[in-house]
Amino acid sequence: MAKRLLNIENLEVGFNVYGGYLAVLNGVFFSMDEGEKVGLVGETGCGKTTTAKSVLRILPEPPSQTTGGKILFKGRDILAMKKNEIREMHAREISMIFQDPTAALNPVFTIGDQLMSAIKYSNLHDNMTRKEIRERALQALREVRLPDPERIHESYPVQLSGGMRQRICIAMALATQSTLLVADEPTTSLDVTIQDQVLRLLGTLIQDKGTSTILITHSLGLVREWTERVYVMYAGVMVETANTDELFRNPLHPYTRGLMEAVPKLTGEGIAAGIPGRIPEYLNPPSGCRFHPRCPEVMDICRREKPSYFNCGDNHRTACFLYRE
Amino acid sequence: MNKSATAFEQSLCSRTWERVKKGWYAFSKNPLSIVGAVIIVSVIFLAVFAPFVSPYAEHAGNFVDFDNASQAPSRAHLFGTDVFGRDILSRVFFGFRLSLIMGVTVISLTAPVGVTLGLIAGYKKGTWVETLIMRITDIFVAVPPLILALAVAAILTPNIFNSMMAVSLMWWPWYCRMVYGIASSLKNEFYIQSAEVTGASTFHILFKEILPNCYGPVFTKVSLDMGWVILLASALSFVGLGAQPPTPDLGTMVADGGKYMPDQWWIAVFPAIAIMLIVFGFNILGDGIRDMLEVEKS
Amino acid sequence: MNNTIVRAQDLKKYFFTKQGVVRAADGVSFRIQEQETFGLVGESGSGKSTVAYTIMGIYPATSGELLYRDQDITGETKKRSKALKRDIQIVFQDPGSSLNPRSTIKQILELPLRVHDPAPKKERVDRVAELLEMVELPVDFMYKSPPAIGGGERQMIAIARALATNPSFIVLDEPTSALDVSVQAKIINKLMKLQKELNLTYMFITHDLSLMRNMASRVAIMYLGKICEIAPTTEFFSRPLHPYTQMLLSSIPVVSTQEEELKPKKIVSTGEIPSPVNIPPGCSFHQRCPVSMDVCSKIDPKMVTPEENHQVRCHLFPGAAGK
Repeated sequence: MAKRLLNIENLEVGFNVYGGYLAVLNGVFFSMDEGEKVGLVGETGCGKTTTAKSVLRILPEPPSQTTGGKILFKGRDILAMKKNEIREMHAREISMIFQDPTAALNPVFTIGDQLMSAIKYSNLHDNMTRKEIRERALQALREVRLPDPERIHESYPVQLSGGMRQRICIAMALATQSTLLVADEPTTSLDVTIQDQVLRLLGTLIQDKGTSTILITHSLGLVREWTERVYVMYAGVMVETANTDELFRNPLHPYTRGLMEAVPKLTGEGIAAGIPGRIPEYLNPPSGCRFHPRCPEVMDICRREKPSYFNCGDNHRTACFLYRE
Repeated sequence: MNKSATAFEQSLCSRTWERVKKGWYAFSKNPLSIVGAVIIVSVIFLAVFAPFVSPYAEHAGNFVDFDNASQAPSRAHLFGTDVFGRDILSRVFFGFRLSLIMGVTVISLTAPVGVTLGLIAGYKKGTWVETLIMRITDIFVAVPPLILALAVAAILTPNIFNSMMAVSLMWWPWYCRMVYGIASSLKNEFYIQSAEVTGASTFHILFKEILPNCYGPVFTKVSLDMGWVILLASALSFVGLGAQPPTPDLGTMVADGGKYMPDQWWIAVFPAIAIMLIVFGFNILGDGIRDMLEVEKS
Repeated sequence: MNNTIVRAQDLKKYFFTKQGVVRAADGVSFRIQEQETFGLVGESGSGKSTVAYTIMGIYPATSGELLYRDQDITGETKKRSKALKRDIQIVFQDPGSSLNPRSTIKQILELPLRVHDPAPKKERVDRVAELLEMVELPVDFMYKSPPAIGGGERQMIAIARALATNPSFIVLDEPTSALDVSVQAKIINKLMKLQKELNLTYMFITHDLSLMRNMASRVAIMYLGKICEIAPTTEFFSRPLHPYTQMLLSSIPVVSTQEEELKPKKIVSTGEIPSPVNIPPGCSFHQRCPVSMDVCSKIDPKMVTPEENHQVRCHLFPGAAGK
């Protein structure tokens, strides 16, 4: 029986800005066991990066504010951790791959320097000699199938292509042997063929090391190919979650349905009209269900009450009154 | 159908007010900025109303009263009197006038010229126009400012006007360089290319598209510069190249008072503190302005 | 039979840099018919944006022919007539940087009007309101600045700006790549409606093949500055002939099993996309090609037409070696 690795319960996070308070995360639920590959899908501004950053505790504390909920990692409350505990956690347990590899790598240091720093700081208590660290770095570069690791070790990020840079970020994240890997849109800035290569590589590595992964993306297609379970997020709420196959076979929430319809299909059947309206203002979010102003099947209750999760099958839950038992 | 036009004008007023409010919010986040604003507003007030708020306004001109010369600070003369018996407090207030006038004059001459040249050089990067402008800029930057001022003074008579000219000559290149950097990096932005493709005139592109993106750094620099220009002008006066007696000028006052240190310390120290205060005030005001203008971007 | 509105023949655009010659567009030939949507697909370094910018006049062509309604447009915008600048417009890829963040929407939409249709201020404001209505945005958006509105809306403004001069031909350079799927759907639908209403011709550039499948009437795929294949859309997707086309099609993530079945067999791509400064000899794709032959590393293939309306540039087809 796999152990429960991460458990986010009713997380509420907001930001204090000029003009008021942005109530972004409105009761986020998320859970995953060890060894799972879970997808978190949602459009821009839905709060997926905020959620990821909350788990890693890298949100700037003012202006952000956590007003409720719990994040339990291996049973420990992340929100209650102190700075040095968080650092320990980053070093050993959780690592993150960011969207833009160019921004994630420091342009004035060589790849080797950055890799070796990452390894050194993640292994503060094992006294490795410089030679051992360097060997580990080269090993990491080999693992991500980069040609000529020695040369790359001495190169600067600007000398490499986007695909190579992202692979280096993956190498850095995996070199630390973390338990959990959070990949935030890891291939958005890459070309389609390179994207395929990189994800394939990531998949293999995760398989080999048994790393649990959260893949955050706005691409439904990617999630379908690379994850086992999915959470769909809208305006700071998880609106639906299911095993990946089940979600694509049988999307229930009107938002999920709208999204699936809006994706252009290879069958050439034309493009659906999309979802009317815009994502809500967090300064003044809609009452009740946050999706109700745009929902084609809105009911009275949707405007008044916030829906809780209703079970609709094996592992399939959705926050929609249409499925109230 | 004027409706849209008038509605637009009305909305312009309310939008501007919104921006003022938002700007104040960002500015006031740092309490030091408010301190800077208070200092500068006070200095301006004192400078403008010097004849009315000075206890001894006539001391700013040709006035001597040797009976009261070199008096230590007292109730009657808060900053004491100098060797001619003139009230230092009043002379400091009048000195503010001169300092501010010099600052404003130099900047209003150098900023427009420097910014315009920077815009042209940056936009025309890679052409002979850019080379010409930037190399001329380099020449001016290479000459040490004080030497330049001394040279100017040697050729022309030493007075406020000429010292301002000297300071202006060495000041404009910095605006040019700063705006050159911004303009040359913006040159390849899509919105500039879109304007070119549509057929907009170069004037429009320089002043309506690129320039608004320079306001932030330029106005921040203007505020910081006020302090520095005043300091430089005071330095020139200190060496005798600026205002001539009996015009009350902070730098000259420090120079004159220096001879009487440390016994009649008040003659030099109070004007020196006044210079420090103005420079400090403009400096932190500049930080606040930068914070305020950064907010505009988001 | 529609007329040809844009014709490129052996169009070349080279950039001469310190690192070497970048052959961004290296002998590109195609025709675009009036009122069709011509699709141009490719990954980074393919040269698709270069072709678009050369058509717009942002770059002058290095050599070759480029005609718009039989007028030569190989020169830069500066040298073009006002009538041409009016007729050919572009919508750029990134709505964040295609609109000046310091201008108001009104100023942005007014600029083309001021340049081409100088009219008194009141009339201009009305025309701006009209343009906003055309893209279904509220009229009071005039008073806002780009940073205050969302990415999708910004792109609508970019489209409205392109329409301001009543053009006939619009180049759309990845207009929805930076946008979410639901926003993309809205914009694409709007674009298609506008095309019918205003009789526009589109050159649509994207790397998203699923999108292309639903937008374009004909598709050309580029790799390292050269066109590999051109065909009508249904042909292109149902019978892709070039190995690169097949590789690209097999890599795209899809959302249904129906679509999976339509994709060619999975071709795992290997190797990096070479830099345009270091183009391999022979066929530029041979190092990554799963079916490369001896001749591929020696001779650069020529474009041939193995089937009606379907052109390919590959040694798998007779005649490509040029003998």
